[in-house]
Amino acid sequence: MLTGNAAAAWGARVSDIDYVAAYPITPQSEIVELLSKWVASGELKAKFVEYESEHSMIAGAGAASLAGARAFTATSSQGLAYGFENLFAVSGWRAPMVMVNVSRGLGMPMTLQVDNTDVFSARDTGWLQLHAETCQEILDFIILAYRWGEDERILLPVIVNMDGFFLSFTREPVYIPSQEEVADFLPPYEPPHGIAFSPEELAYAPTIILGHSYSYFRYQMHLAALKAKEVFYEIAREFGERFGRYYGPIEKYMLDDADIAIVSMNSFTSILKGAVKRLREEGYRVGVLKINMFRPFPNEEVADALSGVEGVAVFDLNLSTGAGGIIYPELLRSIYHMESRPRVVLDFVGGLGGKELTYGEIRFMVRKVVEAMRGEAEPTPYPYLLFTEEDVQRLAADMEIAGKKWGGF
Amino acid sequence: MSRYRGVRDIPDEEYVAPGSALCAGCAAEIIARHMLKVLGRDTIMVNVPGCYAISTLFPYTAVKVPFVFGVFGGGAAVAQGIRDGLDILREKRGINNERVNYKVVVYVGDGAAYDIGFQSTSAAIHRGLDFYFVCYDNEAYGNTGFQLSGATPYASRTSTSEPVGDSIGNEYRKKDIFEIWRAHGAPYVATISVSHITDMLNKFEKAKEFRGPKLFVALSICPTGWGASEEETIRIARLAVETGMWPLKEAVYGEVRHTFIPRRLKPVEEYLKTQRRFRHLFKPVRREEEIRRIQEAVEEYWRRVRESEAGG
Repeated sequence: MLTGNAAAAWGARVSDIDYVAAYPITPQSEIVELLSKWVASGELKAKFVEYESEHSMIAGAGAASLAGARAFTATSSQGLAYGFENLFAVSGWRAPMVMVNVSRGLGMPMTLQVDNTDVFSARDTGWLQLHAETCQEILDFIILAYRWGEDERILLPVIVNMDGFFLSFTREPVYIPSQEEVADFLPPYEPPHGIAFSPEELAYAPTIILGHSYSYFRYQMHLAALKAKEVFYEIAREFGERFGRYYGPIEKYMLDDADIAIVSMNSFTSILKGAVKRLREEGYRVGVLKINMFRPFPNEEVADALSGVEGVAVFDLNLSTGAGGIIYPELLRSIYHMESRPRVVLDFVGGLGGKELTYGEIRFMVRKVVEAMRGEAEPTPYPYLLFTEEDVQRLAADMEIAGKKWGGF
Repeated sequence: MSRYRGVRDIPDEEYVAPGSALCAGCAAEIIARHMLKVLGRDTIMVNVPGCYAISTLFPYTAVKVPFVFGVFGGGAAVAQGIRDGLDILREKRGINNERVNYKVVVYVGDGAAYDIGFQSTSAAIHRGLDFYFVCYDNEAYGNTGFQLSGATPYASRTSTSEPVGDSIGNEYRKKDIFEIWRAHGAPYVATISVSHITDMLNKFEKAKEFRGPKLFVALSICPTGWGASEEETIRIARLAVETGMWPLKEAVYGEVRHTFIPRRLKPVEEYLKTQRRFRHLFKPVRREEEIRRIQEAVEEYWRRVRESEAGG
């Protein structure tokens, strides 16, 4: 039994990483604490450095990768934001390090709890993104991420995301492959363009003045990221053959005969899967489409999974204020050109700050989609903000205890 | 005995090619060129946004050693990652070629040393990183149009401290980065000037003896930002030293020694008058009080130096 954080540390350990760049932040710290212990005890042969900020930590990890070492780091929310400009630097260096993000809301107001807006804000940085639902996926995705990003056809860094608390501190059974087994799948990183290995002196990432050169480099990164989906199938198949666990860019759950799909990512998918069983008992033909790979976005797989589905409820555990959920527009891009695309696609924002996602809310999501499908309700591009009567009462009660009156939204 | 005693001792090797996009008379290029003559080809240079970035413009480079470009505040962090990455490849994977033994040099301007990169530099020194950190200090954000930095001297005009109305230009005093670095306990800290090339070469040579942070701050004459004539670079640098405004010194594990002590200080105005950034101190009216304040600060500094070096 391992927590999500311990699974992440084990994933890094069996990947035989060379370098850990660390900086503490809740709910991530347990990952680097474990790694620092293993480095100190000699169980993991690597160099561990605690930096003075995530800004330096991400730059340092990327630079170690540029040198030719296999580099690992982990962060969360504020830390990801603090190091943000270096995300672009590292992907621009084409340095295939791996970073675990333990998703948490960004202050203010300050919270320690989950809100995927942090990791989605990094979607345009050039990093590939894998999102885990379970502790096993965290470990497996880290191993896959190294093999994936280090592939000469890709050379991009990878974020592996897990939800804070719901996964980081939840114990689940996790199968840990041995370092030897993993080494057969993931050989040591020896990049011919790394500083330590390059046969000639290289200038890494010089300044560019003119648009045609800049465009060339940006397009090259984009094409590499697109190529990454195809390469993922290759390596995930090999991973499955070796370890018996098969992963794809998406996962379908009770979707084959469904009229309605709930689209989800990360740990709340487990809650939705549980609800789908109950909804089926109530007569709704509903299934779940889980998206594992957010960058590159699996457009064809999403479209294919939703062909034959009439209504879609997108569950967004994030909020781009003034627009809505962030998965929603990504999904619409995937399905717009389908010949018979789902007639109704609605967006639901919920779970923010670790707020419970109740069966009532999930049922509400499906009911709204059904109403729109029947023409009983006008479809809307704006998200439904999930907030239950109980949430209202709790907030009012909190305010009352503090001697304040709550005026509602 | 010093290894470099005269111009004939300057190594012939060139690792900085002529013809880069840097301004004519820029001291940053002279500093880089002579630094690499001493450090040699087994050096990797880390650079960040700033004037020297334009030494390497895709697909050209004026620098003949490997060159890594990082974000503005991250130079020392990049150096840390490179050093650590190369070290672990040697220690863990047994890779032993000239590459893993590279000297890592961070070469950045004063904005990246005194301001935005201060945190990452301080932390790298604190961790005892084995690297060279060399600041070409032109006393403002030169590459963006000469705005005020933590290195801008008192009364300097910058594009964000214009001496209009009663303003005297920059009203803050220059940060003492030498003392700040020295307080970190670094093995070697030095100031250098392009007017005293052999002093500079000897300091880089000496720094090679130490493992850990080796920190240099060079007064980097900026004809464009300072409003000075580009053929005057060396003369202005010499005046900075001879007026006592730019002391040449080094600190070995904190122990300070001045490598050049002017026998008689030239008046500061001889230096100030060479640059348009100080012109408002003289025209349209002479600002006696400001000039005196600058002169007194310099004299006070040297009075303390003489006291401590006599007593020490």
